[in-house]
Amino acid sequence: MTQKWNAKTLTNKELFYGHKACGGCGESLAVRLAMKVLGEKAFAALPAGCMSAVSFIYPNMAFTTNAIITPFASTGAVASGMAAGLKALGIEDTYVVGFAGDGGTADIGIQALSGAIDRNDNIVYICNDNEAYMNTGIQKSGLTPYGSKTTTTPAGQNLPGSITMKKNMFEIVAAHDIAYAATASVGYLEDFMNKVQKAKETKGTSYIHVFAPCPTGWGHETHITIDLAKQAVDCGLWYLAEYENGAFKLNRNPKEFASVEDYLKVQSRFKHLTSQDVALIIDERDKKWAKMRRDWTE
Amino acid sequence: MKKFISGDDAVAEGVRLAKPHVISAYPITPQTITVERLSEMVEDGSLVSEYMHVESEHSAMACAIGVSSVGARAFTATSSQGLLYMSECLPYASGARLPIVMMNANRALATPWNIYGDQMDSMFLLNSGWIQVYVEDAQEALDMMIQAYRIAEDEAVMTPVMVNLDGFVLTHTYELVDIPLQEKVDAFLPPIATRDQVMSLDAPKSLCITAGNDFNQEFKMKQDRDMQSSTAVIEAVDKAFGDAFGRYYKGMMDAYRCEDAEVILVTVGSVTGTAKTVCNQLRDEGKKVGVLKLRYLRPFPTQGLCDVLKSTKAIGVIDKNISFGYEGTIFTNVNSALVTLKERPETLNFIGGLGGRDITKQDIRGVFDTLISKAAGNAEERIQYMNVRCAE
Repeated sequence: MTQKWNAKTLTNKELFYGHKACGGCGESLAVRLAMKVLGEKAFAALPAGCMSAVSFIYPNMAFTTNAIITPFASTGAVASGMAAGLKALGIEDTYVVGFAGDGGTADIGIQALSGAIDRNDNIVYICNDNEAYMNTGIQKSGLTPYGSKTTTTPAGQNLPGSITMKKNMFEIVAAHDIAYAATASVGYLEDFMNKVQKAKETKGTSYIHVFAPCPTGWGHETHITIDLAKQAVDCGLWYLAEYENGAFKLNRNPKEFASVEDYLKVQSRFKHLTSQDVALIIDERDKKWAKMRRDWTE
Repeated sequence: MKKFISGDDAVAEGVRLAKPHVISAYPITPQTITVERLSEMVEDGSLVSEYMHVESEHSAMACAIGVSSVGARAFTATSSQGLLYMSECLPYASGARLPIVMMNANRALATPWNIYGDQMDSMFLLNSGWIQVYVEDAQEALDMMIQAYRIAEDEAVMTPVMVNLDGFVLTHTYELVDIPLQEKVDAFLPPIATRDQVMSLDAPKSLCITAGNDFNQEFKMKQDRDMQSSTAVIEAVDKAFGDAFGRYYKGMMDAYRCEDAEVILVTVGSVTGTAKTVCNQLRDEGKKVGVLKLRYLRPFPTQGLCDVLKSTKAIGVIDKNISFGYEGTIFTNVNSALVTLKERPETLNFIGGLGGRDITKQDIRGVFDTLISKAAGNAEERIQYMNVRCAE
C-alpha cells in the first residue's frame, strides 16, 4: 500500500540540513521534505543554483545521502547517467532525483530534461519554481510571471517589469507523454509529499513542478512563505494538477478564487503594478482556468 | 584474430573489449561509425552495456559524469564542435576525478568549417584536466581504448582520458587490425574498482562540490600533481600491455631513429607514419634525421622530451592547429620544455593539415630540408605554413 505522508508519518531524521539558504526559503523546504520522502537511498543531482550553492561548500556538505552538482544545463542528463550506472551495477532500490530551479529547468536545462523524458529514464525530476534566477541576484527566467520586477526586468516608466507570461512547463513535460507529472506548492505540503511518493513509485521519468516563494527575491516577509504559496493556489495564479496515463487531472478547483490583489500586494516585486496590469493578470488567469476546467478532469 | 577495419571500427572493438557499463553518445562525423558499431554490439548482445541516446554532446558528457559518479564504467565519443559543445562538462569530470574514457575524432572547427581532420578541437581543451593521448593508426586506437581505462581507473590517477585519432585519415581508412582475445583483455583490465572518490550507499558522498578561496587552490594543486605523476602509471601500463599483447608504444613518446640525429621532427598523430617513411629515405641518403612522436600532450613529457632533443641541432614541430595570433600549440609546449636545457636547440614550427589538407611525403621532405638548412646555420623562418595556396 502506498505510504501516505503527513506531519505524523514524516520522519524526524534530516537528510538535508545545515545549508546556508536564506530565512523563509521555500525551495529548501521542498528539497528537505522531498528527501525525507525519497529516503536514504536517494541520489540527488543539482545544477548551479541556490540549492547547490548553499549545500556543497567544502568541507560542509548538507546532503547526508549521495549528491552531486551538475553542469547548469545537465540536471536531467547527470540524473539519467546515475540511474543507468546504478542499474548496470545492479544496485537496486535506489532513487535518483534531480532538483533544479525554474531557470535550470525551463531555460538552460530544458533540453536535457526533454532527453531524459524521451528515454523514459527512471528518475524523479523536481523543479523548484521561485520565478527568477535568485542565486545570481533575481534575474528574469522563463518562469518569471508578468509584471514581476527583477534585476533584468526593471519596472519603470516604459515597462511593468517582466512582460512575458510563465512558460507552461507542466504541459510541455506532459506533451512528452511522461509517466507521471504533477504541480505542487509548498503551501500544500501534504499534497506535495504524496506527489513525491507517487513519483518515487513511478517506473520511468516523473516530474514535479513545485511552487516555492523566495522572500529575498520576491520581497516578502520571511514568515509568510507558506501562506503565500497557499494563497497563490487559492487565488488561481498557481494550480495543483497531475498528468498520468495520458490525462490531466485538476486536484483543486476553488469555487471562488481568493483575491489576486492580496497575493500581489505583500510582495515588493509587484508593488509598481497598475490596476490595468492586475486586470491583465486576472484575465490571463481566467483564460487558463477556463481551459483547464473544460479539458481536465477533477 | 585479425580484421580489416577502419579506425572507428577499431575504437568500437577496443571499447567492446573494455566492457563499459554505459555508453552515452551523440553522432558527429567522423566519429559516427564508432557509435553505430557500438549500438550494433549492444543490440546483438556481444557488448552488455546500456546505450543511452542522449540529445546532445553536452548531455553525452553529463550522462557519463552521472555514470562514473556512482562507480560504473562510462564511455563516450565525439569530435570537433561536439567536443567544444560538451567542453563545459570536461572540468567537472576531471575535477571530480571521474575515470571516464572518451574517443575524440580530431576534426576541423568552424569557420570555415568542414568535416575533415585537423587537431584544433582537442588543442582547445589541453587545460581541461583530461589526459590527452594521440594515436598513429587503427591498431593503436584499439589498444589505447583498453590502456586508457586502466590508466584512468588507476588509484593514483583517477583522471579521465581523451583518446584522439585523426578524422578520416584514421577514422575512415582501413587497416589489418589485431583484435585481442577477451580473456587476455579481462586479465589486463580488471572490472572497475570501487574508489573513495565515488558515491556509495555505505559511505555517501557529495561530488563536484564548491570550494571557496580558502581551499580551491589546494584541490587544483593536487589535481595537477596527480596528473604530473600519472606519467609513471602511463609508462607502466604501456609496458604491461606490451608484455601481454606484444605491442609496445613506448609510453609518453616514441623516439624513432633519434639516437644520433642532428635534426628531429616532432609529430603528433597520424602524420607520424609519413614522417617515418621520409625519415627512412633521408637516412638512406646519409642524413642524420629522426622523428619524435609525442603520444601524450597532457601530462606533458617535459623531461623525456629534453632527454631526446638535448643534443639536436634543429627541431621541427608540426602543428595541425594554430593558436591565432601566436603559433602552433604543440610548438609552444615543446619550446617551453626546452627552456629547461642549458643549451637550447633551434626550433621551427610547421603549421599544416588544417581543415584536412593532406600532408604529403614531399611536404615532409621539404620540412626536413628546411631543418637541415637551419642546422647548417642558415636563416629560416621560425613559423611557417606548409603548402600554402595563396600569397601570405
